[in-house]
Amino acid sequence: MENKTFNIVITGTGGQGLITLLQIVAEAATIEGFDVKTAELHGLSQRGGSVNTHIRIGEKVYSPLVPLGSADLILSLEYLETLRAIPYSNSKTTFLINCYSLPFVGTISEKEIDRRLSELIKSDKIIIAASEICRKELGKDVLGGIYLISYAAFKGLLPIKPESIKKAIARIIPKKYLDINQKAYKLAKYAN
Amino acid sequence: MKKILLGNEAIVQGALESGVNFVSAYPGTPSSEIGNIFGDIAKKYGVYFEFSTNEKVAMEASIGASFSGLKCLVAMKNFGLNVASEALIPFCYTGTKGPTVIIVADDPSCWSSGQSEQNTRAFAYLAHIPMLEPSNAQEAKDFTKLGFEISEKYNLPVIIRITTRVAHQRMPVEIGIIKKSSTSGKFVKDVKKYVTMPPRVLEMKEELLEKMNKLGGDAEKSKWNVLTGGNGKIGIITSGVSYLYIKEVLDELGFNIPTLKLGFFNPLPKKKISSFIKGLDKVLIVEELEGWLEKEVNILAKQVNPELKIHGKDVLPISREFNADIVGPVVAKILGKKWKVSKTLSTDVPKRFPRLCEGCPYWFVFSAVKEVAPEGTIFGGGIGCYMLAGYPPHGLQDYLLCMGSSIGVAHGIKKNSKQKLITFIGDGSFFHAGIPALINTVYNKSNPLIIIMDNRITAMTGHQPNPGMGKTGMGEDSEEILIEDIVRACGVKHVKVIDPKNISELKATIKEFLDKKEVSVIISKRICALWERRLKRSEKHGK
Repeated sequence: MENKTFNIVITGTGGQGLITLLQIVAEAATIEGFDVKTAELHGLSQRGGSVNTHIRIGEKVYSPLVPLGSADLILSLEYLETLRAIPYSNSKTTFLINCYSLPFVGTISEKEIDRRLSELIKSDKIIIAASEICRKELGKDVLGGIYLISYAAFKGLLPIKPESIKKAIARIIPKKYLDINQKAYKLAKYAN
Repeated sequence: MKKILLGNEAIVQGALESGVNFVSAYPGTPSSEIGNIFGDIAKKYGVYFEFSTNEKVAMEASIGASFSGLKCLVAMKNFGLNVASEALIPFCYTGTKGPTVIIVADDPSCWSSGQSEQNTRAFAYLAHIPMLEPSNAQEAKDFTKLGFEISEKYNLPVIIRITTRVAHQRMPVEIGIIKKSSTSGKFVKDVKKYVTMPPRVLEMKEELLEKMNKLGGDAEKSKWNVLTGGNGKIGIITSGVSYLYIKEVLDELGFNIPTLKLGFFNPLPKKKISSFIKGLDKVLIVEELEGWLEKEVNILAKQVNPELKIHGKDVLPISREFNADIVGPVVAKILGKKWKVSKTLSTDVPKRFPRLCEGCPYWFVFSAVKEVAPEGTIFGGGIGCYMLAGYPPHGLQDYLLCMGSSIGVAHGIKKNSKQKLITFIGDGSFFHAGIPALINTVYNKSNPLIIIMDNRITAMTGHQPNPGMGKTGMGEDSEEILIEDIVRACGVKHVKVIDPKNISELKATIKEFLDKKEVSVIISKRICALWERRLKRSEKHGK
C-alpha cells in the first residue's frame, strides 16, 4: 500500500448505521498506524434518504472525498443503493453488497437491479444477506454493517487486520450495545 | 496523543484547550454537533452551555457573558448568522471583554440546507470581523485556539468559517491539555465601551478599523497563511477545504508549484499575496462559492503585476462544493497537462427522497390535511422535519424560505387573497422566529390556519431541547413554556391542542378553522417517534 491511498465508499440509507461503520474503520486504520480522512453527511440527507460516506486510508491522505472511479472497496448496505455508488468504481473495485432491500414508491424491481449490477460491475462482486443473517442470529437487521465490515477484514478486502476492527468496535460502540456487535463480528469470522 | 475527531469535535476540543467558559448555540447542520457535545460535557469541564431560542439570542447571550469577562464560543449554521447579524455587527464596534469566537458553518452544495447556498464570507466585509478558514479537522481545532488568541489580543470577536467537508470530516487530531474553566463573571460598567450610540458610535467604527488594520500586520506574519510548493511561474492561491483537493491533485499530477494557502480570509495578508503574485505569469484562485479572493487578487495585481493572468471563476463553478474531480482538470489545463479522467460508469437510479420516520406524528397531520383541505389550498412550509411535506407522498408545500417565515409569508398572502391557506411550523421554529410573525398576523388581521407541529423537541438537527420540552441544553429541568399559552397571549381566539392520532378530531378542526374570519392555530402535540423510542430505551437501560 505504499504511497497509495485505499479508498472505501460505504453506501446505504439514513439510519443504517453508516457513520458508526465509518468511525470503526477510521479507528481501526489508526490502530494500524495509517493516516485517515473521512467524509460523511448529517441532517436532512440522513432522514431515510440515500447516503454515502467516504473513508481514505494511507501513508498521507489529503482530501476526505474519494474521487470518481477510484474506490478500492464499495460496501453497500442496501441493494439498490449499490447502483448509486457505481461512478466511484473502476475495473478493479471490489463490491461487497448486503442483499437487503429498503424499497420505496417509484423504485425499480430487484430483477432490474440484478441486471444492471451484472451489466455494470465486471470486477469482484460479493453479495451476502448480512442483515438477514444478523436478524436470524441476533435479532437485528442493523448489525448487517458490522457483519460486512468484519467480513471484509477477515477476507482480506481491507488493508486492516480483523483484530484492529475488533479493537475499534470496542472503542466506538457504546457499552450497552457492545456485546451484540461483537457477536456480529464473530458471525462474520465463521462465514464461508 | 492523537485521536480521530470530527471537525466539529475538534472545534470543541480547541475551545476547551483555550479555556472556554460560556457556550451558546442554535442547532443547524452542519454545525449542530458542537452544541450537542457541549450539552453532554459542559458540566464535567465547568463550562456553561445553552441552546438559545435562536441565533441572535445565542449571540447576545455570549455578548453578555463576554462583557462580564468570560471566554465565549457561539455556534450556528450560515443562515443563523443572518438572524444573529443584528447583534454581531455592533458587537464588533464594542469589541469583546472576554475573548469570543463564533463558529459559522456553511454548506456548499446544500447537503442539508433548505434555503440558499449562502457564503458567510460576505459577513467579513459587512461586519469588519476577523474570519479564519480551516481546511481540515486539525486546523478546525488550531484555528479555534488562534481565534481566541486574536480575540484576546485585539478585543474583537472572531469568526471561524467552516464548511460541511470540514465540519463533517474526520482525521487524527493532536489532543492537548484542557484548561480549567469557571463561570463566574463580573460586568464592569463602561459606557464608552458598551453603548453604541452616536456620536460615539462613529469613533467606535474608527477604532474597529484601526484594530483590523493592526491585525492585518499579524496576518502577514502568521504561519497559517502558508507558502508551499516549489518554484515556477504558475501559482495557486487557495483556502479552506479546497487546499486539500489542490494537494491531492498536484500529487496526482506530480507537480510541485507555488501554492499560497490562506488561513485568514479577513484581514487578508495583502503584502504576502502581492509578493506571491509578483513573480508569477499565471495564478489560479481555488475557492468554493463566490470568488471574493479572486477579486482581491485582481486589485492587488493591478499594482504589483498588471500582466498577471488571473484565473478563478472563469474556469471553476460559483455554485456547488469542489472535489478533486472538479479541481483536477482545471489545474491540469493551467499547467498544460492532461488530467487522466477515469472511465466511470453510471446508471439512472430513482431518487430516494428523505422521508418521515416510521411512527412520526407528522404522518397523521399530513394525511388529515391532504384529506380535508379543499382543492387549491395553499400550503406554507418552513425549516425542520415538516419540510418533508414537500416531498412525495405528501406534496404539501407551496413556499419555503426560512425559519418562521411560514407564518410571516402566510399573512402576506392571506391579506391580499381569499384563497385558503394552511401553514406549518415546528415547535422549534415557532420559538425561534414564529412568535413575532404570529403577533403580526393577529394584529394586522389576516386569517391563515397555522398548524404548529409540536413534536416536543428540535428533531431534524439531531434532537436538541427547546423551551417547550422542559429540559435545558445541559439537561437540567426547566419549566415548559406552553405553546398554547403563547398563542393565546398573542391574541389568537381559535386555538386547539390536538393529539394528531385523534385524526377525526384533527380533520374536523381543520375544516372548522379554515372557515374562520380570524387567524386560527392548531397545535398538533405528539412526541417525535425516534425520540420516544430513545427515551424508552434509556429508561430500560436505567439511564
